[in-house]
Amino acid sequence: MHELSIVSSVVDSVTESLEAYPGAKVLEVRLRVGDLASVVVDSLEFCWGIATEGTPLEGSKLVVKTVPVVMHCAVCDADVELESLQSFRCPRCDEPSSDLRQGRELEIESFEIDDEAGSEAGGVETTGVKV
Amino acid sequence: MTRIVELRQGILKKNDELARGLRGRYGAAGVLVLNLVSSPGTGKTAFLERTLRELKASGARVAALVGDLETDNDARRLAASGAPVRQINTHGICHLDAEMIDRHLAGWEGVELGGLDYLFIENVGNLVCPSSYDLGEGIRVALLSVTEGEDKPLKYPTLFNSADAAVITKMDIAEPCGFDRELALKNINEIRPGIRIFETSAKTGSGMEEWLAYLGEERAKKES
Repeated sequence: MHELSIVSSVVDSVTESLEAYPGAKVLEVRLRVGDLASVVVDSLEFCWGIATEGTPLEGSKLVVKTVPVVMHCAVCDADVELESLQSFRCPRCDEPSSDLRQGRELEIESFEIDDEAGSEAGGVETTGVKV
Repeated sequence: MTRIVELRQGILKKNDELARGLRGRYGAAGVLVLNLVSSPGTGKTAFLERTLRELKASGARVAALVGDLETDNDARRLAASGAPVRQINTHGICHLDAEMIDRHLAGWEGVELGGLDYLFIENVGNLVCPSSYDLGEGIRVALLSVTEGEDKPLKYPTLFNSADAAVITKMDIAEPCGFDRELALKNINEIRPGIRIFETSAKTGSGMEEWLAYLGEERAKKES
Protein backbone atom coordinates (compact mmCIF):
# COMPACT_ATOMS: atom_id res chain seq x y z
CA MET A 1 0.00 0.00 0.00
CA HIS A 2 2.21 2.80 -1.25
CA GLU A 3 -0.55 4.61 -3.09
CA LEU A 4 -0.58 7.50 -0.62
CA SER A 5 3.09 8.21 -1.25
CA ILE A 6 2.53 7.90 -5.01
CA VAL A 7 -0.35 10.35 -4.84
CA SER A 8 1.68 12.71 -2.65
CA SER A 9 4.40 12.77 -5.32
CA VAL A 10 1.76 13.72 -7.88
CA VAL A 11 0.53 16.56 -5.66
CA ASP A 12 4.11 17.83 -5.23
CA SER A 13 4.86 17.75 -8.97
CA VAL A 14 1.65 19.49 -9.98
CA THR A 15 2.05 22.09 -7.23
CA GLU A 16 5.55 22.81 -8.54
CA SER A 17 4.26 23.24 -12.11
CA LEU A 18 1.46 25.50 -10.87
CA GLU A 19 3.97 28.19 -9.99
CA ALA A 20 3.80 29.23 -13.64
CA TYR A 21 0.04 29.84 -13.29
CA PRO A 22 -0.53 32.02 -10.26
CA GLY A 23 -4.09 32.00 -9.02
CA ALA A 24 -5.09 29.07 -11.20
CA LYS A 25 -7.55 26.51 -9.86
CA VAL A 26 -6.85 22.87 -10.64
CA LEU A 27 -9.89 21.06 -12.01
CA GLU A 28 -8.48 17.71 -12.99
CA VAL A 29 -5.21 15.73 -12.91
CA ARG A 30 -4.72 12.94 -15.43
CA LEU A 31 -2.44 9.98 -14.82
CA ARG A 32 -1.31 7.07 -16.99
CA VAL A 33 -0.87 3.89 -14.98
CA GLY A 34 0.40 0.66 -16.52
CA ASP A 35 -1.20 -2.68 -15.63
CA LEU A 36 2.24 -3.75 -14.34
CA ALA A 37 2.84 -0.63 -12.26
CA SER A 38 1.89 -2.31 -8.95
CA VAL A 39 -0.61 0.40 -8.20
CA VAL A 40 -4.29 -0.02 -7.37
CA VAL A 41 -6.35 2.62 -9.15
CA ASP A 42 -9.14 2.57 -6.54
CA SER A 43 -6.59 3.27 -3.82
CA LEU A 44 -5.15 6.19 -5.77
CA GLU A 45 -8.61 7.70 -6.02
CA PHE A 46 -9.30 7.00 -2.37
CA CYS A 47 -6.06 8.73 -1.32
CA TRP A 48 -6.56 11.71 -3.62
CA GLY A 49 -8.90 13.60 -1.28
CA ILE A 50 -6.58 13.14 1.68
CA ALA A 51 -3.41 14.05 -0.19
CA THR A 52 -4.84 17.18 -1.82
CA GLU A 53 -6.43 18.61 1.33
CA GLY A 54 -5.02 22.03 2.11
CA THR A 55 -3.06 22.14 -1.18
CA PRO A 56 -3.80 24.12 -4.36
CA LEU A 57 -5.19 20.84 -5.74
CA GLU A 58 -7.95 20.55 -3.17
CA GLY A 59 -11.29 19.79 -4.80
CA SER A 60 -9.76 18.60 -8.06
CA LYS A 61 -10.62 15.35 -9.75
CA LEU A 62 -8.18 12.52 -10.38
CA VAL A 63 -8.56 10.73 -13.69
CA VAL A 64 -6.56 7.55 -14.17
CA LYS A 65 -6.05 6.04 -17.60
CA THR A 66 -4.80 2.47 -17.43
CA VAL A 67 -2.22 1.30 -19.93
CA PRO A 68 -2.28 -2.36 -21.04
CA VAL A 69 0.87 -4.47 -21.18
CA VAL A 70 2.43 -4.69 -24.63
CA MET A 71 5.30 -7.03 -25.37
CA HIS A 72 7.30 -7.87 -28.42
CA CYS A 73 6.83 -11.34 -29.88
CA ALA A 74 9.97 -12.43 -31.71
CA VAL A 75 8.10 -15.15 -33.63
CA CYS A 76 5.35 -12.87 -34.95
CA ASP A 77 7.84 -9.98 -35.11
CA ALA A 78 5.11 -7.75 -33.72
CA ASP A 79 4.17 -5.81 -30.60
CA VAL A 80 1.22 -7.60 -29.05
CA GLU A 81 -1.13 -6.67 -26.23
CA LEU A 82 -1.28 -9.07 -23.31
CA GLU A 83 -4.74 -10.36 -22.49
CA SER A 84 -4.00 -11.29 -18.89
CA LEU A 85 -1.18 -10.96 -16.39
CA GLN A 86 -1.28 -14.69 -15.70
CA SER A 87 0.83 -15.67 -18.66
CA PHE A 88 3.40 -13.68 -20.58
CA ARG A 89 2.83 -15.44 -23.87
CA CYS A 90 1.93 -14.05 -27.26
CA PRO A 91 -1.88 -14.20 -27.65
CA ARG A 92 -1.40 -15.06 -31.34
CA CYS A 93 1.21 -17.81 -31.30
CA ASP A 94 1.66 -18.70 -27.59
CA GLU A 95 5.39 -17.94 -27.63
CA PRO A 96 6.66 -16.71 -24.21
CA SER A 97 8.33 -13.31 -24.14
CA SER A 98 9.89 -11.05 -21.55
CA ASP A 99 10.53 -8.21 -23.98
CA LEU A 100 8.08 -5.67 -22.56
CA ARG A 101 7.35 -2.52 -24.51
CA GLN A 102 4.58 -0.99 -22.39
CA GLY A 103 2.74 -1.51 -19.12
CA ARG A 104 4.98 -0.17 -16.35
CA GLU A 105 3.97 3.48 -16.84
CA LEU A 106 3.41 5.59 -13.78
CA GLU A 107 3.07 9.08 -15.22
CA ILE A 108 1.35 12.39 -14.83
CA GLU A 109 0.00 13.03 -18.30
CA SER A 110 -1.53 16.47 -17.81
CA PHE A 111 -3.64 18.63 -15.59
CA GLU A 112 -6.50 20.99 -16.32
CA ILE A 113 -6.73 24.40 -14.73
CA ASP A 114 -9.15 27.25 -14.58
CA ASP A 115 -6.84 30.16 -15.13
CA GLU A 116 -8.93 33.22 -14.26
CA ALA A 117 -5.85 35.37 -13.94
CA GLY A 118 -4.63 34.40 -17.42
CA SER A 119 -5.81 36.77 -20.12
CA GLU A 120 -4.60 34.75 -23.09
CA ALA A 121 -6.72 32.31 -24.99
CA GLY A 122 -6.99 28.78 -23.63
CA GLY A 123 -5.48 25.75 -25.26
CA VAL A 124 -3.09 22.94 -24.75
CA GLU A 125 0.30 23.77 -23.37
CA THR A 126 3.45 21.73 -23.07
CA THR A 127 5.38 22.71 -19.96
CA GLY A 128 4.43 26.33 -20.33
CA VAL A 129 4.92 26.63 -24.09
CA LYS A 130 1.76 27.17 -26.08
CA VAL A 131 1.30 24.75 -28.95
CA MET B 1 -10.59 30.16 -18.91
CA THR B 2 -9.71 26.51 -18.67
CA ARG B 3 -6.63 25.01 -20.20
CA ILE B 4 -4.77 21.75 -20.17
CA VAL B 5 -1.13 21.70 -19.15
CA GLU B 6 0.73 18.69 -20.45
CA LEU B 7 3.32 17.38 -18.04
CA ARG B 8 4.27 13.88 -19.25
CA GLN B 9 6.38 13.27 -16.19
CA GLY B 10 7.18 10.10 -14.30
CA ILE B 11 5.48 10.15 -10.90
CA LEU B 12 8.56 8.57 -9.31
CA LYS B 13 10.88 10.86 -11.25
CA LYS B 14 12.88 11.81 -8.16
CA ASN B 15 13.42 8.18 -7.20
CA ASP B 16 14.30 7.22 -10.77
CA GLU B 17 16.85 10.03 -11.05
CA LEU B 18 18.46 9.06 -7.75
CA ALA B 19 18.48 5.39 -8.80
CA ARG B 20 20.19 6.32 -12.06
CA GLY B 21 22.85 8.14 -10.08
CA LEU B 22 23.33 5.13 -7.80
CA ARG B 23 23.56 2.78 -10.79
CA GLY B 24 26.32 4.95 -12.19
CA ARG B 25 28.19 4.86 -8.90
CA TYR B 26 27.85 1.07 -8.57
CA GLY B 27 29.12 0.68 -12.13
CA ALA B 28 32.09 2.97 -11.59
CA ALA B 29 32.97 1.10 -8.38
CA GLY B 30 32.60 -2.29 -10.11
CA VAL B 31 30.29 -3.59 -7.38
CA LEU B 32 27.43 -5.98 -8.19
CA VAL B 33 24.32 -4.83 -6.34
CA LEU B 34 21.40 -7.18 -5.68
CA ASN B 35 17.94 -6.23 -4.44
CA LEU B 36 16.26 -9.14 -2.60
CA VAL B 37 12.47 -9.01 -2.57
CA SER B 38 9.92 -11.42 -1.11
CA SER B 39 6.97 -11.76 1.26
CA PRO B 40 7.68 -11.56 4.99
CA GLY B 41 8.85 -14.96 6.23
CA THR B 42 10.22 -16.33 2.96
CA GLY B 43 13.66 -16.60 4.50
CA LYS B 44 15.49 -13.70 2.88
CA THR B 45 17.64 -13.20 5.95
CA ALA B 46 18.60 -16.87 6.36
CA PHE B 47 19.39 -17.08 2.64
CA LEU B 48 21.45 -13.91 2.82
CA GLU B 49 23.26 -15.07 5.98
CA ARG B 50 24.44 -18.16 4.16
CA THR B 51 25.30 -16.23 0.99
CA LEU B 52 27.38 -13.67 2.90
CA ARG B 53 29.16 -16.37 4.88
CA GLU B 54 30.05 -18.43 1.83
CA LEU B 55 31.10 -15.45 -0.26
CA LYS B 56 33.26 -14.17 2.56
CA ALA B 57 34.88 -17.59 2.95
CA SER B 58 35.74 -17.51 -0.75
CA GLY B 59 37.54 -14.21 -0.24
CA ALA B 60 34.91 -11.91 -1.77
CA ARG B 61 34.33 -8.46 -0.32
CA VAL B 62 30.65 -8.24 0.64
CA ALA B 63 28.30 -5.95 2.55
CA ALA B 64 24.56 -5.72 3.12
CA LEU B 65 21.89 -3.11 3.69
CA VAL B 66 18.78 -4.50 5.30
CA GLY B 67 15.35 -2.87 5.35
CA ASP B 68 12.68 -3.42 7.97
CA LEU B 69 9.89 -1.32 9.38
CA GLU B 70 11.38 -1.57 12.87
CA THR B 71 14.17 -3.36 14.83
CA ASP B 72 17.77 -4.10 13.91
CA ASN B 73 17.34 -7.85 14.53
CA ASP B 74 18.13 -8.78 10.93
CA ALA B 75 21.23 -6.60 10.80
CA ARG B 76 22.53 -8.27 13.95
CA ARG B 77 21.89 -11.72 12.52
CA LEU B 78 23.63 -10.86 9.26
CA ALA B 79 26.56 -9.18 11.00
CA ALA B 80 27.48 -12.57 12.50
CA SER B 81 28.79 -13.44 9.03
CA GLY B 82 31.56 -10.89 9.62
CA ALA B 83 30.40 -8.72 6.70
CA PRO B 84 29.57 -5.05 7.27
CA VAL B 85 25.81 -4.69 7.63
CA ARG B 86 23.67 -1.61 8.04
CA GLN B 87 20.02 -1.58 9.07
CA ILE B 88 17.51 0.73 7.41
CA ASN B 89 14.37 1.27 9.48
CA THR B 90 11.58 2.63 7.31
CA HIS B 91 9.22 3.31 10.24
CA GLY B 92 6.07 2.17 8.52
CA ILE B 93 7.03 2.65 4.88
CA CYS B 94 6.44 -0.59 2.99
CA HIS B 95 9.47 -0.50 0.68
CA LEU B 96 13.00 0.83 0.33
CA ASP B 97 13.58 3.74 -2.05
CA ALA B 98 16.68 5.13 -3.71
CA GLU B 99 16.93 8.03 -1.27
CA MET B 100 17.13 5.63 1.70
CA ILE B 101 19.91 3.69 -0.02
CA ASP B 102 21.80 6.85 -0.90
CA ARG B 103 21.51 8.15 2.66
CA HIS B 104 22.66 4.87 4.24
CA LEU B 105 25.60 4.47 1.88
CA ALA B 106 26.78 7.92 2.92
CA GLY B 107 28.64 7.87 6.18
CA TRP B 108 28.74 4.06 6.40
CA GLU B 109 31.84 3.72 8.49
CA GLY B 110 34.49 1.47 6.96
CA VAL B 111 32.50 0.77 3.80
CA GLU B 112 33.34 2.24 0.40
CA LEU B 113 31.58 1.04 -2.75
CA GLY B 114 34.98 0.78 -4.44
CA GLY B 115 36.11 -1.69 -1.79
CA LEU B 116 33.24 -4.13 -2.42
CA ASP B 117 32.59 -6.95 -4.87
CA TYR B 118 28.96 -7.44 -3.84
CA LEU B 119 26.39 -5.30 -2.07
CA PHE B 120 23.15 -6.99 -1.06
CA ILE B 121 20.02 -5.01 -0.30
CA GLU B 122 17.40 -6.94 1.63
CA ASN B 123 14.16 -5.13 0.93
CA VAL B 124 11.20 -4.84 3.31
CA GLY B 125 9.12 -8.04 3.21
CA ASN B 126 6.45 -7.11 0.66
CA LEU B 127 5.65 -8.44 -2.81
CA VAL B 128 3.86 -5.37 -4.10
CA CYS B 129 5.38 -1.97 -3.43
CA PRO B 130 9.12 -2.69 -3.84
CA SER B 131 8.54 -3.42 -7.53
CA SER B 132 7.86 0.28 -8.21
CA TYR B 133 11.08 1.52 -6.67
CA ASP B 134 14.33 1.21 -8.57
CA LEU B 135 17.28 1.13 -6.19
CA GLY B 136 19.83 1.19 -9.01
CA GLU B 137 20.46 -2.52 -8.50
CA GLY B 138 22.09 -4.71 -11.12
CA ILE B 139 19.98 -7.73 -10.27
CA ARG B 140 16.55 -7.92 -8.71
CA VAL B 141 15.97 -11.24 -7.02
CA ALA B 142 12.45 -12.46 -6.22
CA LEU B 143 12.36 -15.11 -3.49
CA LEU B 144 9.61 -17.62 -2.85
CA SER B 145 9.54 -20.32 -0.17
CA VAL B 146 8.08 -23.80 -0.52
CA THR B 147 5.56 -23.00 2.22
CA GLU B 148 3.96 -20.13 0.30
CA GLY B 149 2.09 -21.89 -2.46
CA GLU B 150 3.16 -22.51 -6.02
CA ASP B 151 0.82 -19.83 -7.35
CA LYS B 152 2.58 -16.90 -5.66
CA PRO B 153 4.10 -15.71 -8.97
CA LEU B 154 0.61 -15.69 -10.52
CA LYS B 155 -0.75 -13.70 -7.60
CA TYR B 156 2.06 -11.13 -7.72
CA PRO B 157 2.96 -10.89 -11.41
CA THR B 158 4.15 -7.29 -11.24
CA LEU B 159 6.99 -8.21 -8.89
CA PHE B 160 7.95 -11.54 -10.44
CA ASN B 161 7.89 -10.05 -13.93
CA SER B 162 10.34 -7.34 -12.87
CA ALA B 163 12.84 -9.83 -11.39
CA ASP B 164 16.12 -10.87 -13.02
CA ALA B 165 16.48 -14.05 -10.98
CA ALA B 166 14.20 -16.16 -8.79
CA VAL B 167 15.18 -18.12 -5.70
CA ILE B 168 13.07 -20.84 -4.14
CA THR B 169 13.94 -21.16 -0.44
CA LYS B 170 13.43 -23.85 2.22
CA MET B 171 13.79 -26.71 -0.27
CA ASP B 172 14.73 -28.97 2.65
CA ILE B 173 11.08 -28.99 3.77
CA ALA B 174 9.59 -29.17 0.26
CA GLU B 175 8.37 -32.72 0.68
CA PRO B 176 6.48 -32.44 3.99
CA CYS B 177 4.92 -29.22 2.64
CA GLY B 178 3.63 -31.05 -0.41
CA PHE B 179 5.46 -28.56 -2.60
CA ASP B 180 4.75 -29.11 -6.29
CA ARG B 181 8.13 -28.19 -7.77
CA GLU B 182 7.16 -28.58 -11.41
CA LEU B 183 4.13 -26.34 -10.97
CA ALA B 184 6.14 -23.65 -9.17
CA LEU B 185 8.78 -23.61 -11.90
CA LYS B 186 6.07 -23.47 -14.57
CA ASN B 187 4.32 -20.55 -12.84
CA ILE B 188 7.52 -18.55 -12.47
CA ASN B 189 8.23 -19.13 -16.15
CA GLU B 190 4.73 -18.07 -17.18
CA ILE B 191 5.26 -14.71 -15.51
CA ARG B 192 8.91 -14.20 -16.38
CA PRO B 193 9.86 -16.43 -19.28
CA GLY B 194 13.45 -17.60 -19.31
CA ILE B 195 14.38 -16.32 -15.82
CA ARG B 196 17.19 -18.11 -13.93
CA ILE B 197 15.71 -20.06 -11.02
CA PHE B 198 17.67 -21.37 -8.04
CA GLU B 199 16.27 -24.02 -5.71
CA THR B 200 17.98 -23.57 -2.37
CA SER B 201 18.07 -24.42 1.29
CA ALA B 202 19.93 -22.09 3.61
CA LYS B 203 19.80 -24.85 6.20
CA THR B 204 21.41 -27.69 4.25
CA GLY B 205 23.21 -25.54 1.70
CA SER B 206 21.64 -27.30 -1.26
CA GLY B 207 21.54 -25.17 -4.39
CA MET B 208 23.99 -22.64 -2.94
CA GLU B 209 26.81 -23.72 -5.20
CA GLU B 210 24.83 -22.92 -8.32
CA TRP B 211 23.68 -19.60 -6.84
CA LEU B 212 27.23 -18.57 -5.91
CA ALA B 213 28.47 -19.55 -9.38
CA TYR B 214 25.78 -17.31 -10.88
CA LEU B 215 26.88 -14.42 -8.66
CA GLY B 216 30.46 -14.97 -9.78
CA GLU B 217 29.45 -14.89 -13.45
CA GLU B 218 27.41 -11.72 -13.02
CA ARG B 219 30.20 -10.09 -11.05
CA ALA B 220 32.72 -10.97 -13.76
CA LYS B 221 30.51 -9.15 -16.30
CA LYS B 222 31.02 -6.00 -14.23
CA GLU B 223 34.75 -6.21 -14.70
CA SER B 224 34.70 -6.78 -18.44
